[in-house]
Amino acid sequence: MLRTLIQSLRDGVVTTRYPDAPAEVPERFRGAPEPEVGRPFGALPTASVCPTGAITAGEGAAYTIDLGRCIFCGRCADEPSDGAIRIGREFELSARRREDLLVRIGRDADGRVTELAPEPADTAALGERVAERIHRTLGRSLHLRHLDAGSCNACDWELVALLAPHYDVRRLGIDFVASPRHADGVIVTGSVTRNLEPAVRRTFEAVPEPRVVIAVGACGCSGGIAPASYASAGGVDQILPVDVYVPGCPPRPEAILFGILLAVGRIEAKRRPAPAR
Amino acid sequence: MALELDTIPALSAAVVSERLGARLGGRVAFSSAPRERDVTARLERADDLLEAVRELSGGLGMGLATVVATDERREREGDFKVRYVFEPARPTGEPLADLFVSVVVSAAATRPEVPSLTPLLPEADWHEREMRDLFGIEPIGHPDPRTLVLHDGWPAGLYPLRKDFDARMQPERLPAPEFPHVVVEGEGVFEIPVGPIHAGIIEPGHFRFSSVGETVLHLDARLFFTHRGLEKRVEGLTPRDAFFIAERLCGACSVSHALAFAEAVEQIAGVTAPPRARFLRVVALELERLYNHVGDIGNICAGASYHAGTSAGMRLKETLQRENEQLTGNRFLRGFVVPGGVYHDGAARAAAIDRVARETGDRLTELMLALERNPSVVDRLDDTGILTPEEARDLGVTGVAARASGIDRDARRDHPHAAFGGPGAVVPRVSTDAAGDVHARVTVRAAEAAESVRLLRQLVASLPPGPLCAPLPDVLPAWRTGVAVVESPRGASIHWLRTDGAGRVDRYHVRSASYANWPAVPVAALRAIVPDFPLVNKSFELCYACTDR
Repeated sequence: MLRTLIQSLRDGVVTTRYPDAPAEVPERFRGAPEPEVGRPFGALPTASVCPTGAITAGEGAAYTIDLGRCIFCGRCADEPSDGAIRIGREFELSARRREDLLVRIGRDADGRVTELAPEPADTAALGERVAERIHRTLGRSLHLRHLDAGSCNACDWELVALLAPHYDVRRLGIDFVASPRHADGVIVTGSVTRNLEPAVRRTFEAVPEPRVVIAVGACGCSGGIAPASYASAGGVDQILPVDVYVPGCPPRPEAILFGILLAVGRIEAKRRPAPAR
Repeated sequence: MALELDTIPALSAAVVSERLGARLGGRVAFSSAPRERDVTARLERADDLLEAVRELSGGLGMGLATVVATDERREREGDFKVRYVFEPARPTGEPLADLFVSVVVSAAATRPEVPSLTPLLPEADWHEREMRDLFGIEPIGHPDPRTLVLHDGWPAGLYPLRKDFDARMQPERLPAPEFPHVVVEGEGVFEIPVGPIHAGIIEPGHFRFSSVGETVLHLDARLFFTHRGLEKRVEGLTPRDAFFIAERLCGACSVSHALAFAEAVEQIAGVTAPPRARFLRVVALELERLYNHVGDIGNICAGASYHAGTSAGMRLKETLQRENEQLTGNRFLRGFVVPGGVYHDGAARAAAIDRVARETGDRLTELMLALERNPSVVDRLDDTGILTPEEARDLGVTGVAARASGIDRDARRDHPHAAFGGPGAVVPRVSTDAAGDVHARVTVRAAEAAESVRLLRQLVASLPPGPLCAPLPDVLPAWRTGVAVVESPRGASIHWLRTDGAGRVDRYHVRSASYANWPAVPVAALRAIVPDFPLVNKSFELCYACTDR
């Protein structure tokens, strides 16, 4: 007992100050792929380099990278693409709308790469309204029921890490609870397998309203490595109304925390639409 | 037992062929496949299967490694094939022969059937039920008619792994009665349903306890809730694309699966990863083992309500995962091992890895001392959830679970992969304990973590020079098979890969360590009370994701 106490005192506080202070990101960290503005548009890699089909190269000037599908493997920047895509270090990628996860790459008059803003939408304010309602009802605290809907367990382990001393999400009024009846929402990992779909629906229905749904990881956002098939629904939003998408494979713990804070309206999304015209 | 051991000859391809040939009266054709040193025994008649298996299992002391079915109805012989892959399994204290014996039988294109091995070999149980669900190949004489992978409401007569099944198809969910769990009846017997959604952040599975008071009479575990159809998903992909999916079969075993897939691809291509890459692969593999083991020991503390230990375990795990991210850019070490070698060098992190490994080792020693000195913890661990050596052997258990039941097997030594074989081979010390209880599984895990610390410090100090990756051909050779085994933190994971006529994935099958070990959990649970089940479960620490795929 005494030994344990002495050890704890010797260790001191290991808890991060994120989000009040920025997170430390290692040099090698693979964040969102970004266009290198000014490179020749023709050097962008073909869609087939992406193992999860996150790249769409349409006719002419249309080229998008879907961060909801991206597994952050870095292969698009690897290919002999003359540096047209580089792997960034941004991890605060959570968004309220699925379409905000599209990195839209354009072509200027000289045939060079440009980055376009996310698509403005008629429903731009909708997500914010839900967040406001949740904020009004629940205050700043958020208790979530975790739902593994067919993940590879990496996202789940990162949720567990949030409870560990280094992150200690409870300091922010956030907790993961045992019963959906005690929850303000669900945080879902995995693509929703056929075998889990009934359990996912029933758990969600057991959560009192208003309730948030946070989809975590490439599989949760889009199906990821398990797109729609005989065994998979191909993403949480195929089954439940998703309020916040958290891309990553898996997203690091701070990235998930960012998404949770976004869901409760305590932080602004970095990826959001331009104001409606 | 000793007598039986004495009668088993040293195993080699020649010995196996001779014994099998004699037993089957010559109704068998041999070839050296998938690897030069292996044996593939093609039986003329499926009826001879049990006889062949009696020879391999009883006579030669081999165990069932995996079962792989393939739909070859569009190929020359127009049938289904089932391959029963055996490996040496009777521990001798010495490295076992690195040998796979695949017994191949044919099943007719219409009404495919094979004799069931389960009455003879309990470890065949799930393999055969899986084959029935996904291929419609009926194991005649299997004692359990229930489905395994496909759950309630799946239409009869649809088999997802057959070649004529379109993977994108999403069949309607039919009305279905409740799954027929095995239940115990009698006065005072209660049924406790748990899951698939659990109270904590845990993967999904359903456990049905039949109990009297706190005594568990029977436990029926139902898994495959996270079945994502990944084996079907990779069919037709280039091995390069399929690799990223293999690496993501499971989060906590990402390196193990990436490495096993990469080695299977390299085998098919006839390429060997350069020495430096093979050593760096072991660095990643041991980092994976270490962060898993320290986290698992912490979680076992949680199961025993020793929260200071839980917190210490979580902290050690987090420190290691941060080093993972420094080394590879990913906290689960993804993107480091690639087919052909490794993606980038790790030399810049050598000093940091040495320091983190040493500190982890020291802190783990302190944690284990604190744990052993605490009678309220030790009392929970001792004699809880015993798995006997006989049960472990009959069920084909692997990894920590096997070694804690006295079975001296470790794929790092018995099927040398990465730098565990070849020139300058890294030799791991294998720890065992005969008690088979939760305490033994904790002790073995701690000893293995300490060994990983030793290996890591040795490895980063002695990386051989040279290139990081061997070039792979753009297109892999057609109709080749590769089989690779990696000792993951949970035991041996076996990957079986076959290319099609265009060098793409024709069939990919993974028998993860967790798949082999899950059937042991309900057995061990019988020697625990209901409140100790989380502790027993955590002491095995099995993944659901790489079991269900």
